[in-house]
Amino acid sequence: MDGTSDAPDGLLTTGDGTPLKTALARATRRAKLKAVVLVLPLLLFVLVTFAVPIGQMLYLSVYSPVFADNMPRLSAYLMANPVTEVPGEAAFEALVLDLKDARKNRTHAQVGTRVNYEKAGSTSLFKSTARRLRKIDGPPYKEKLLALKPAWDDLHLWTVMERAAHRHTLSFYASALDLGYDAKGDLVRAPEERRIYGLLFQRTLLLSALIAGLCLLLGYPVAHLLANLPLKYSNLLMVLVLLPFWTSLLVRTTSWITLLQSQGVLNDLMVWIGIVGDDGRIQLMYNQAGTVIAMTHIMLPFMILPLYSVMKTVPKDFVRAARSLGAGPVTAFVRVYFPQTVPGIGAGVLLVFIISVGYYITPALVGGSSGQLISNQIAFHMLQSLNWGLAAALGALLLGGVLLLYWLYDRLVGVDNMKLG
Amino acid sequence: MTTIKPIAAALCAGLVLAGTTAQAGEITVVSWGGAYTKSQVEAYQKPWMAKTGHKIKSVDAPNPAAPIKAQVKAGNVSIDVADVEYSDAVRYCDEGLLELIDPAVLPPAPDGTPATEDFIDGGLTDCAVANIVWSTVLAYDASKFKGAKPTSISDLFDVKKFPGKRGLRKGAKPNLEMALMADGVPAAEVYKMLGTPAGVKRAFAKLDSIKDHVVWWEAGAQPPQLLADGEVIMTTAYNGRIFNAAIGEDKPFEIVWDGQILDFDLFVIPRGAPNKDLALDFIKFATGTKPLADQAKYIAYGPARKSSGELVGLYQDGKTRMGPHMPTAEANMKNALVNNFEFWADRDSELNERFNAWIATN
Repeated sequence: MDGTSDAPDGLLTTGDGTPLKTALARATRRAKLKAVVLVLPLLLFVLVTFAVPIGQMLYLSVYSPVFADNMPRLSAYLMANPVTEVPGEAAFEALVLDLKDARKNRTHAQVGTRVNYEKAGSTSLFKSTARRLRKIDGPPYKEKLLALKPAWDDLHLWTVMERAAHRHTLSFYASALDLGYDAKGDLVRAPEERRIYGLLFQRTLLLSALIAGLCLLLGYPVAHLLANLPLKYSNLLMVLVLLPFWTSLLVRTTSWITLLQSQGVLNDLMVWIGIVGDDGRIQLMYNQAGTVIAMTHIMLPFMILPLYSVMKTVPKDFVRAARSLGAGPVTAFVRVYFPQTVPGIGAGVLLVFIISVGYYITPALVGGSSGQLISNQIAFHMLQSLNWGLAAALGALLLGGVLLLYWLYDRLVGVDNMKLG
Repeated sequence: MTTIKPIAAALCAGLVLAGTTAQAGEITVVSWGGAYTKSQVEAYQKPWMAKTGHKIKSVDAPNPAAPIKAQVKAGNVSIDVADVEYSDAVRYCDEGLLELIDPAVLPPAPDGTPATEDFIDGGLTDCAVANIVWSTVLAYDASKFKGAKPTSISDLFDVKKFPGKRGLRKGAKPNLEMALMADGVPAAEVYKMLGTPAGVKRAFAKLDSIKDHVVWWEAGAQPPQLLADGEVIMTTAYNGRIFNAAIGEDKPFEIVWDGQILDFDLFVIPRGAPNKDLALDFIKFATGTKPLADQAKYIAYGPARKSSGELVGLYQDGKTRMGPHMPTAEANMKNALVNNFEFWADRDSELNERFNAWIATN
């Protein structure tokens, strides 16, 4: 007892007689509620505009109901009867009846497109079959359909349809990993001329790491200058760093096109100086070099700003003390100054790397063919081929890869060691 | 640089479009940008706006078909009319992403011929109304060639005879067809050949021979820019763009008609378009005999109606006769290929995937 209260039953109470424990709990609850109410708008905003759409999109990578929804009879048959050979009359009856319904609803081509992802030529097979189905008015369905379109007598087609009949599928992930199913339904590597995603994932990670490294190399001295110059100079320098940061991304990218193209400013300059001949102009754009140069420039502020904010907090006395104790400039830098900037380096490198991994417009404009990243393929499948399942699978793999790298970083360096500002 | 900015802007058109909402009396029309959109604004949009008092919001995209699926699937359609390629019109229609358009509502020709007979064969489909016939051609900058000049599609692939960079459209279509024609396959057999694995292999082998010399373009405004900048010595391009640069802007560009690939551009209405009725009214007006003929005043694309042909006269400069510049002019059709939309509706994803893999590996 510390004498706050002298209630007869020995419980501590507040002035109005409620037990202190209850009063405290109520006060904390109210504070928590206030906090929740304050955070709620942001939470809802993030949930509605970020988490839910991304979740839905990612779900598309395993969820593809178009076949099951529009071909109910055939799907039920295929779920019940595993395909080992071209099936018999019952399956063909379900196929014909479903296709007739699908044609009425104008969905037969969607179904064909789903099958076409795994077997080329299926879209037109579904379409042309659906057009001529009026000729089949009763059994035997198999005989009549095969007479009309012999292409249905194909085991590969039926194994593809069997997989498509399941609402949940892993075939998009298989495609995203350069895998595919053979005619028997076994998982095999895609033919060599169609393997692309492994290479692009690898290239994306390598180029992003390279860009982060270059940014660090270029940004470190600038951040150091910013943090140590007298205010009137450092303000000007800060404006120089921020001005491009505030300029539209497209403007910066297109300016790089003017500078880098083979008839561009940089090449003209080199020809004028005489480093290269007029016919030996260097290809600086429409290749990996273009992507790396332009993206390094665009990412620089993301490296400089966290570095600067950390360097600003490093007391200048430490280096001076190290020097006065006999350390040379290099030792003082390596053993005293540099270790104190590591949190900024961690933040900057991670920030630049993660943003680069998902970058899309700059490589699309200056990357040519060899400077394309995985994000360009995701965009291709979102906008051109309309294969959203595959786009979602590629996106999920990219997201998973980045999270994995983040986890690794946390294990090796420690995320709490990172300072963003 | 002025042409590259809209291209870049158009790359994120999907995002931009999602944010626009049409008001009453205003429709959103998406087209390909540059000189082409300008010709449509002059020939279709301004007269329609003057006639009806409604407004048109004109938006550019590297492929106007691209945003449609996203908008329809999301149930948030802001596009009322889009100008798309044949294979996309057919594919999207099949996938239920477009409104059906009954050809009976289209106005007849001035002499009373019904629209169904007035349009060039294939110009009307369940969901789309053609406006022009365009073509992908080989074009070059004549000032860059001292001696021999390119005369056939094979010259595009002949880096010994004509060393230097070439511009090609980034995509399987129409590069595979051009590769086969350059390899000696007659136009009539190109799609049969491409239907076989050996044919596809042959096309890619031919593309391989110039892979290191290619600058890839995506938007139609890029190739004339690449030629003008001296980035490439020859390029594939949409014929109208080259015409406008050559005649309209006095650039020394020439077109090689050999191996040209013809295609339609068609108007479609996305399913669930906010102003469906106005959109249909605009399409009815724009694909009428006179507006189609008028468009040829601004760009060298052939009108999709037969009755417009006679009305096609002079370019807007008042002295250039448009007839010989049309892809459908008899002299230009000697070795021409008509794009097979059925083939591409079927093989589009497969061949583009392979093309993407091919382009990404060096």
